[in-house]
Amino acid sequence: MTAALVPLVVLLPLLGAASALILGRHRRAQVGVSVAVLAAVAVVAGVLLATVDAGEPLAVTIGAWPAPYGIVLVVDRLSAIMLLVSAVVLLVVLIYAVGQGVADRHRETPVSIFHPSYLILSAGVFNAFIAGDLFNLYVGFEILLSASYVLLTLGGTGERIRAGVTYIIVSLVSSLFFLSAIALIYGATGTANLAQLSVRIAELPENVQLILHLLLLIAFGIKAAVFPLSFWLPDSYPTAPAPVTAVFAGLLTKVGVYAIIRTETLIFAEHDLSMLLMVVGGLTMVIGILGALTQADVKRLLSFTLVSHIGYMIFGIALTTQLGMAATIYYVVHHITVQTTLFLTTGLIERFGGATSINRLAGLLKASPLLGILFFIPALNLGGIPPFSGFLGKTGLFLAGGEEAAADPATAWLVWVVIAAGAITSLITLYALTRFWNMAFWRPRDDLDGYESVLLGSVLEAPEGATVTATKTTPRLMVAATTVLVVVTLLLTVFAGPIFGLADRAAANLIDPSVYISLVFPGGAP
Amino acid sequence: MTGSLTLVILMAVMFGAGISIMLERSLTRVLIGFLLVGNAVNVLIYLMSGAPGLAPILGEGVDPDEISDPLPQAFVLTAIVINLGITAFMLALIYRSWWLAQLGAKGDLIDDEEEDLHDAEEAADLIRISAEDDAAVQEIIEASDEEFVDSLDDELELEASARDDLERRGPSTGGSRPPEDER
Repeated sequence: MTAALVPLVVLLPLLGAASALILGRHRRAQVGVSVAVLAAVAVVAGVLLATVDAGEPLAVTIGAWPAPYGIVLVVDRLSAIMLLVSAVVLLVVLIYAVGQGVADRHRETPVSIFHPSYLILSAGVFNAFIAGDLFNLYVGFEILLSASYVLLTLGGTGERIRAGVTYIIVSLVSSLFFLSAIALIYGATGTANLAQLSVRIAELPENVQLILHLLLLIAFGIKAAVFPLSFWLPDSYPTAPAPVTAVFAGLLTKVGVYAIIRTETLIFAEHDLSMLLMVVGGLTMVIGILGALTQADVKRLLSFTLVSHIGYMIFGIALTTQLGMAATIYYVVHHITVQTTLFLTTGLIERFGGATSINRLAGLLKASPLLGILFFIPALNLGGIPPFSGFLGKTGLFLAGGEEAAADPATAWLVWVVIAAGAITSLITLYALTRFWNMAFWRPRDDLDGYESVLLGSVLEAPEGATVTATKTTPRLMVAATTVLVVVTLLLTVFAGPIFGLADRAAANLIDPSVYISLVFPGGAP
Repeated sequence: MTGSLTLVILMAVMFGAGISIMLERSLTRVLIGFLLVGNAVNVLIYLMSGAPGLAPILGEGVDPDEISDPLPQAFVLTAIVINLGITAFMLALIYRSWWLAQLGAKGDLIDDEEEDLHDAEEAADLIRISAEDDAAVQEIIEASDEEFVDSLDDELELEASARDDLERRGPSTGGSRPPEDER
């Protein structure tokens, strides 16, 4: 019965996007459709998670074509968790965007285009999470990427076009890698079905496996912004409107991480590249956070912390143990919510303070204590201060690392080095965010030269620059949406036990690929 | 696995040409490079379907072993559609980027707005010129007024009736002068 709900998570947003496009001239109806659709998907995702966690994983064949030929949609615990978290985050950010759109109606945020693109982006994200074959995963990626191109260049100002060109070309290259990998994998195994691949890839010669594995990792690594392939992210994300940046930062990179999890635990379960992943994960952490140290603009600072914290997830995946995987899943959930919250708060700071650079912000704590709380809690959370979920996630990862090091003395030194890198990265994250806090929130307003004329100063300094915007009214809806997400991050801490238990059960399914295979092929893979 | 050597060579040439064009700075060339590489990947997918056979339509008297693999063909069709959509978006983006590079943000003003702006500038010029004229005229009037007052001063001592006359004119000369801050 609940199996019939599975295609809805993709169908509802797509139908919603079509209706939103038709209703382009009726702003209220459009907003109503978008909010209703995402709320419905969140409910469906909740039902799916409850069903799946009760021990009834779902596999749906579309059009009744049998598994290896037709399209299979698979919902196991990991998929259901990702669906629920992304649906909730997408819904809250949509409400934030509605609040912002109601407040300012100028040509940089043409809302009639925003809603359909946003729903199509959601459809792509959901499709990627339930795809049961590699080609459907590719289609999901393309749907979300096409929508993200539109959202990133919304309004078509010079700055956004410049940032958009970088992002689009990098994404296109990554898609070409992915498609070539699918072609070669199909040529080598004769299938694109994930469950069937898991069996057939293991039968290939070692060298062929290595090439295919690396091709897929490069394609997903660009999307997840893993170190040598992460250069594009801090240049392209910060220029977009605040809600768009928040969704991109929270979700799009995690879709890449999700694909890497599937690659490592299912497709190439037998083929081990964990040493490479561990090195790359460590480098992503350290080099990403070193970039954040020198940034004055908080949006760029957060983009660098985003890159850096992807490294933790890659480290968790590289451990290939159940505890490592469970900690990774918990960390992904934590990071989606906390990173989105921080970008939403930055949007509030930009409206309230008129700027995002620490050189132009001061005295915010006195001016708005609520804004201080909304920034302070997620900032400490991201930095990994106990008792927040960031601390729990990192502790889980380090514990798993310690176990792995004890179990395998040959690579123990590497694990310890990466754990040390993780601890240092956590401290530097805290330092970077504290620096912003001290300057923007604690520094008295009088210390800021020429505070009265923020706008005039920026115009004199850089007539063409757009880093400074005028202070606008802060709508209650935006504050409310941000508050809701902060509460969600706190709930992740309060209910850490049950959530980690769920992540642990999901990890148990992932560690043993035969669970996934028997789900798609109850009689064994052909 | 059997495949056509011609297709392999075609694919290699398209990959090579596409990648080298993609490395250029011009966005249009990057798009052309993307199209070449995209189609090279499509040829690669087709090559991976193995030996060519009959059209993949199952009917009476068709041996399933003799038809070609239909799945890669479906992949290629999907990939072509996606490439088409992205190419359309890229062309719009390139046009927009060219527009901004040629005209800047000023190019976004539609003709009416630009004309209005032009009219407004002309009007501002007119106002400024007429203000200058007014000031000049005002100066002449003031100068003549002062001469007039001076001449009156000379007569002041001679005639008492002239003094009454001066008192009547005094406020009227002051009134004709515009206040200082208005000029």
